[in-house]
Amino acid sequence: MMTRKELDLWVGIFAAIGIGAMLFLSLKVANLATFTNSDSYQIKAKFDNIGGLKVRAPVKSAGVVVGRVGEITFDNQTFEAVVTMNIGAKYEFPKDTSAKILTSGLLGEQYIGLTPGGDSVNLKSGDTIKLTQSAVVLENLIGQFLYNKAAEGDAKK
Amino acid sequence: MTARVLELLRALGGRLINNWVWRLGFATRFLWLTLKESGTSFRRFHLTIREIYFAGVLSLIIILVSGLFVGMVLGLQGYDTLVRYGSSEALGVLVSLSLVRELGPVVAGLLFASRAGSAITAEIGLMKATEQLSAMEMMAVDPIARVVAPRFWGGVISMPLLAALFSAMGVFGGYLVGVRLIGVDEGSFWSQMQAAVDFREDIVNGVIKSLVFGVAVTWIAVFEGYDAPPTAEGVSGATTRTVVTSSLAILALDFVLTALMFRGT
Repeated sequence: MMTRKELDLWVGIFAAIGIGAMLFLSLKVANLATFTNSDSYQIKAKFDNIGGLKVRAPVKSAGVVVGRVGEITFDNQTFEAVVTMNIGAKYEFPKDTSAKILTSGLLGEQYIGLTPGGDSVNLKSGDTIKLTQSAVVLENLIGQFLYNKAAEGDAKK
Repeated sequence: MTARVLELLRALGGRLINNWVWRLGFATRFLWLTLKESGTSFRRFHLTIREIYFAGVLSLIIILVSGLFVGMVLGLQGYDTLVRYGSSEALGVLVSLSLVRELGPVVAGLLFASRAGSAITAEIGLMKATEQLSAMEMMAVDPIARVVAPRFWGGVISMPLLAALFSAMGVFGGYLVGVRLIGVDEGSFWSQMQAAVDFREDIVNGVIKSLVFGVAVTWIAVFEGYDAPPTAEGVSGATTRTVVTSSLAILALDFVLTALMFRGT
């Protein structure tokens, strides 16, 4: 039979590596260290069409992840999608920054790309980005292509 | 003819009531009693520590080795599929999400049920068969407070730690196969994983799952042991029932929890 001291030691080791595994999962796998709600600010953007954008999709500028999509709602007045982004507090963008919905790779996920403008005033929490470009929807693209082809055909006649 | 049918129906109904409804009610009352008498397991924490040793520390080897192998298999199979779509860098995402969300809690729970749950049932059942529990009652020691509750809490505390270790080992196994063996780019392996795995949605939900499974498995194990007929046959039957019932409970609860947690946004 083990003494109580030995038992305590083993259980202590078990608890330590168990908690270590949880920390590993939180910090290395989930990367908890970045973009917790406390050190981020919210910016809104309105899009005509968000395509397949999902909550928690990355917000990138120049390819660097600067934030995450926090919330997606539908505006009943303008019939537009309102995307709320949580931007890391250490990143600042000028007031005339534009937002685009882009796709990473051919089958990749959709994300928001921010292109900074030249304004000297920076975006504050709660501000709305004016210049936006919607997601590319394949069906619309094909429709446009067919329409153009038909128009070309008409012009030749 | 009708008399025989009636008799058959009566026998069926009797079995249903005795085996299921009555036992379920007793099990619920038993859980309540265990929770009510839990004070002792925390006031005299060394009782619980002893059970964490038996349920948790002794399950470490099987959990760590299985986690490593499950992760390595995920790495190989995932790479095989992903490379067809030219997105082998997403291997880290595939390995970590499947482990943290599903395989970690579920497989660790199944292993825990067969490794620790069966041992708890056999131990309590034998204590009952050899009248150790009655002897405790004679000495005015409540067997639920002294024997059942520490085992219950030992299992409940051990299970989330074991599931986290399983997932961490699995991610490491996937890393070994994916990055070290096959040669997926190490930077994108980790960064894509970190971009896709969310702390609240994935890690915390996984821990909640493993906690629920821990409660279910140890509850079933201590109840089957306490309820076992005091014979050699009865104890062996109870041990088998523990493994079967808790495995089914884990899989069914996993479906319910997954449906609640990941309905898709």
